[in-house]
Amino acid sequence: MRFIAWQMLTGDKAKYLGLIFAIAFSTFLMSHQVSIFCGLMNRTAAQIDDIVDAKIWVMDAKTQYLDEVKALTDQDLFRIRGVEGVEWAVPLFKGTSRAKAPDGRFRGIILMGLDDASLIGMPRRIIKGNIDALQEPETIAIDQVGYKFFFPNEPVTIHRTLDLNDHTVRIVAVVDSNAPFVNLPVFYTRYSQAISFVGRERNQMSFVLAKAKQGIADAELNRRITAATGLKSLTANELGWETIWYYIKNTGIPINFGITVVIALIVGTVVAGQTFYLFTIENLKQFGALKAIGVSDLRIVGMILMQALIVGAIGYGIGISMTAAFFEAFQSNLDLRGFRMLPEIMQGTAAVVFFIVILASAFSVRKVIVLEPAVVFRG
Amino acid sequence: MNTQAVVCNQVLKSFGAGEDEVKVLRGVDLTVPLGEMTFLVGPSGCGKTTLLSVIAGLLNPTGGDLHVLGTALHQLKSSKAVEFRRENLGFVFQQFNLLPALTAAENAAVPLLAANWPLKKAVEKAKTLLDELGLGSRVNARPNQLSGVQQQRVAFARALIHDPKLIVCDEPTSALDEHTGHYVMELLRKIAVRPERAVLVVTHDNRIYNFADRIAHMNDGLVTHVEQNGGMN
Repeated sequence: MRFIAWQMLTGDKAKYLGLIFAIAFSTFLMSHQVSIFCGLMNRTAAQIDDIVDAKIWVMDAKTQYLDEVKALTDQDLFRIRGVEGVEWAVPLFKGTSRAKAPDGRFRGIILMGLDDASLIGMPRRIIKGNIDALQEPETIAIDQVGYKFFFPNEPVTIHRTLDLNDHTVRIVAVVDSNAPFVNLPVFYTRYSQAISFVGRERNQMSFVLAKAKQGIADAELNRRITAATGLKSLTANELGWETIWYYIKNTGIPINFGITVVIALIVGTVVAGQTFYLFTIENLKQFGALKAIGVSDLRIVGMILMQALIVGAIGYGIGISMTAAFFEAFQSNLDLRGFRMLPEIMQGTAAVVFFIVILASAFSVRKVIVLEPAVVFRG
Repeated sequence: MNTQAVVCNQVLKSFGAGEDEVKVLRGVDLTVPLGEMTFLVGPSGCGKTTLLSVIAGLLNPTGGDLHVLGTALHQLKSSKAVEFRRENLGFVFQQFNLLPALTAAENAAVPLLAANWPLKKAVEKAKTLLDELGLGSRVNARPNQLSGVQQQRVAFARALIHDPKLIVCDEPTSALDEHTGHYVMELLRKIAVRPERAVLVVTHDNRIYNFADRIAHMNDGLVTHVEQNGGMN
């Protein structure tokens, strides 16, 4: 009977393709939009992901997310270093400034000031140059997107200069970092240099990065730091999620994406459901004949579900391939870096598509179940 | 040995309930013997198709006693009734009801596929049968590529392929001209009537009455009388 189900499905090419298109379109919209949303939310925590050396981030107790901080004092740093279980603790500056290229083009930038001695927090992938040269005065490392902006269509070289808040700074390294939420260029320099670049305030320290001694769990160290200093201490992962949730709760981004995903879900369900229902209605006499001949309701339900699952699988395959092709095509676009389709999105979309085809076939199944086989004797 | 394919005693069938109840069969008595072709005739609305549906197990009688091939079909569980139909009954529908997406051979093979025969073996048997019915060159054609008579022959093949003991036909000639109708009935008699099988035909086409061995006349939900006919002999 599987053969008959397959032949019935593919026999009506227009409806068959219509069903597949509806599922594929729905799959593409859902997986694509959710991927973009996840990519965007991941970008909010990009600077946290870039700093792989430190698992512990300490900040003011009222800090809500990464991009809005109240400066800590040097005293805070010393107190953190004094907490039992701290292997090391270093300062981190995260701020914004404005940089200008020799040709006059300028842009706001994210400035990261790393511990002078260790440079903890520097991205690992160095595209050009040497980060040790940051020990020299008035030097920075720049991410490759920033470099492309200030020196478009030019090969990546070091020792070029930029104007940074009336300081002429020299690029000594070009690094690969995650795209930040606002997609601004990211400059890395020593902590003391960063302070001098942005001008003096009484306190400048954005965060303290710390590492637990061997045998001390991160969560335990967080608890100890908070108890000893009154500051908020989180793991990088926790701070990343706090930042993501801040954007989810305080911006219209999830609503916007959510509406698109819900529309995709509704359109997919309605179009697929309606087409599938019409398909079944048009074949009702045939199903009646099969029931009369001696095909059980269970087997007919199996035939309909098989048809639905085939359509779902093909439509899902096409839709998810379209999404994958989109991200593959834009993989080399630096402005879109970080946007990709996660395995969880593929799995989640598959589950939703399964729900759509089951829902779409449910009405058809009901129609066939209640169908009297005697209908075949009515002209 | 049971010589009756169908025995109806005071069979009742009504639709609806209370004031809306419509009594379609009002106590039908009928026997359909094996080895014969029996016609069920009468004016439109007299209950022929309903009686055929009840005998074929597609509708349950409201009352009375009904035995098909020695089995009280209406007392079987639904799944058993489906199994009984699949094994013992062959159907020829007025509109043929062939599956448009299947070839002639695949359509004829449907009862075997329903009985879980492997596709290839079922289609091979269907091709052989269609060849015997003169459709050997059209086994791969789809219904919309076949004439009405050719579709009718595919429908006959589908009704016969699993060698059922009772074949029920609903108005097999209603859409055909007299000449073609005679041809189809000759074919049906030739291929379907066997000593161990009964053929029950519902029709109001009096041009083909001479093909029946016996004719049961219905009126107003009752079989009024049965006449022996001779079936072209």
